[in-house]
Amino acid sequence: MSIATTLTQAPVKVHEDKCIAEKGCTVCVDVCPLDVLAIDLVKKKAFMQFDECWYCLPCETDCPTGAVEVSIPYLLR
Amino acid sequence: MKRIDMEFDLVVIGGGTGGPMAAVKAKEKNPGLKVLLIDKAHVKRSGAISMGMDGLNNAVIPGHATPEQYVKEITIANDGIVDQEAVMAYAANSFDMIQELDRWGVKFEKDETGDYAVRKVHHLGSYVLPMPEGHHMKKILYRQLKRARVEITNRVVVTRLLTGTNGEVTGVMGFDCRTADFYVIRCKAAVITTGAAGRIGLPASGYLMGTYENPTNSGDGHAMAYHAGAALANLECFQINPLIKDYNGPACAYVTGPFGGYTANGKGERFIECDYWSGQMMLEFYRELQSGNGPVFLKLDHLAEETISEIEHILHTNERPSRGRFHEKRGNDYRRQMIEMHISEIGFCSGHSASGIWTNARGETSVPGLYAAGDCASVPHNYMLGAFVYGRICGHNAAEYCSTVADKAIDEGAVAAEQARVSAPLQRSEGLTPFQIEYKTRRLVNDYLQPPKITRKYEIGLRRFDEVREDAQAMVATNPHELMRAMEAMSIIDCAEMAARSSMFRTESRWGLYHYCVDHPERNDADWFCHTLLSKGADGRMAMTKKAVEPYVVPIDDDERDAYQRLRVERKAEAA
Ligand SMILES: Cc1cc2nc3c(=O)[nH]c(=O)nc-3n(C[C@H](O)[C@H](O)[C@H](O)COP(=O)(O)OP(=O)(O)OC[C@H]3O[C@@H](n4cnc5c(N)ncnc54)[C@H](O)[C@@H]3O)c2cc1C
Ligand code: SF4
Ligand code: SF4
Repeated sequence: MSIATTLTQAPVKVHEDKCIAEKGCTVCVDVCPLDVLAIDLVKKKAFMQFDECWYCLPCETDCPTGAVEVSIPYLLR
Repeated sequence: MKRIDMEFDLVVIGGGTGGPMAAVKAKEKNPGLKVLLIDKAHVKRSGAISMGMDGLNNAVIPGHATPEQYVKEITIANDGIVDQEAVMAYAANSFDMIQELDRWGVKFEKDETGDYAVRKVHHLGSYVLPMPEGHHMKKILYRQLKRARVEITNRVVVTRLLTGTNGEVTGVMGFDCRTADFYVIRCKAAVITTGAAGRIGLPASGYLMGTYENPTNSGDGHAMAYHAGAALANLECFQINPLIKDYNGPACAYVTGPFGGYTANGKGERFIECDYWSGQMMLEFYRELQSGNGPVFLKLDHLAEETISEIEHILHTNERPSRGRFHEKRGNDYRRQMIEMHISEIGFCSGHSASGIWTNARGETSVPGLYAAGDCASVPHNYMLGAFVYGRICGHNAAEYCSTVADKAIDEGAVAAEQARVSAPLQRSEGLTPFQIEYKTRRLVNDYLQPPKITRKYEIGLRRFDEVREDAQAMVATNPHELMRAMEAMSIIDCAEMAARSSMFRTESRWGLYHYCVDHPERNDADWFCHTLLSKGADGRMAMTKKAVEPYVVPIDDDERDAYQRLRVERKAEAA
């Protein structure tokens, strides 16, 4: 199969200066119902791995440091 | 794919709303029982009530409503096609469940005297109880799960049930959406609480996950019940909701109605008497759009400032809290603009409508040892409280059933076949992506199945679903997450076909827009005052049958029968 690279604007932004994934936090990854967040193993920060967000907000609400910011996905904004 | 074997007495599939209740109640009934609650997401934040709920839509509270009144209301709202005994089992247990939730710490709105502050939204009676602090719902359920010592497995997608020689449940199969480990769980009974099938139609935005329902609810439960031999009821009675345009979430007229908000046309005029979601209401909504009087709006801009701030507090902190964020970007302020609404794509959901895995008043499906509760089961208009009440009914009855059956061996042939089916997309390197298969199926659903229903279009739709089903044999998943989407796409194709076959079977129109057939525009009680059941026929294909409506336990008078047919606001002819 072929891989086509397409740029996109992901609805979930993690402010890396605030994210404490390197201390073992995985809260946002744990709570996301759609399992679209992950920890970047090199950077040790959370990020949006799949653009499949329901804009439901548990990730943002439950993050202990306020590092997650969810926007309404562009297509429906 | 590593295989993991487990053994429980009871497996509850889906840990959203009804599932946790079923698991807790089964343990309460028999603390010795081994109970597993399994979810494709994380039970802490899964399901329709992931962020809580802003109210009970169907509370039956003494002094405000009686169970008989409620049964009557739901019977009329469903054009008579209900199993009243099953609706009564909900209504009679509704208040007891509210009191239990109250003891568990759920905060309901009360008046100065400490009585529940029930509001009127339905056409006839009063059943809506606000929960302005309802965002803690999942935390409260989680505490009860821990207390009852229910075992929990998160991130496992259940795909199929195993059945024994008499068709009874003997196990549950699924896979981990992070590791792709394959789970084989032997059990005596199972409860399906997988919620609505909310990903059948495609939202107009084109964003696959921009659905009304939590997109985890992709109809897997409907599909696994079908493949296990269970019957599904009245699937042609679609769920179609009036939602905030593009955002696709509730606006929400149930919350705002009691404060004086209402649904209005483009001129700001009220055109329906009642904002309670019913097929008839949706048909009036549809007609207003067709008549050129649209768009349709939720009108709040006439309300006082303190009322609007209270509405904002409820709607923007609860249930779908990103509503506020959406409005802000659009420049919508309830004080100044009406909120544009539209008609959603189709789904299956008994919580709001009336279709799903067939169950009786005991929560039993047509498969021995299999129970179902909540949005995926067939008891109509159940909403959140119905998921709790039927969760409890299923938990109790499944626990009792477990003590009457012996352990059974599982069918290793069926296990091998399912493992091969599930693992196939991971082994392919050429083909189509789950996204492509899902998008195409859902686009075809919009093109051919969205009401008004036209036979010729349905025939084309069915043919095209067959093609996509064939194409889906070439789906590729490059990781366990994509495998989850691939398996969901298979459930979505099954649900799309079920929606089409059920709709074509019932050759009349009923339930307003939900089953509005252009080729059979009239309601035909002589031939169709019955349920329809879909199940797997002997040839392995979908088969349809009629089922008589069970004798009523609450009689309906002739003049009450059509109350929901008279929702349109009558306009007096203006004097010249
Ligand atoms: C936006 C919105 C607003 C609503 N507002 C109200 C309201 O104000 N008042 C009210 O009374 N009701 C309301 N409802 C309805 C109410 O929330 C639902 O009827 C009720 O929560 C359904 O419960 P459930 O247990 O059937 O499904 P859910 O709570 O959705 O749970 C289904 C669970 O199954 C899991 N699952 C799905 N497939 C699989 C699988 N293959 N394997 C494992 N797990 C799986 C999901 O992850 C999920 O946790 C609303 C619903 C929505 C979506
Ligand atoms: S919850 Fe917050 S701090 Fe924790 S991993 Fe996610 S973004 Fe980082
Ligand atoms: S908003 Fe919801 S779906 Fe989106 S990343 Fe956060 S938890 Fe996941």
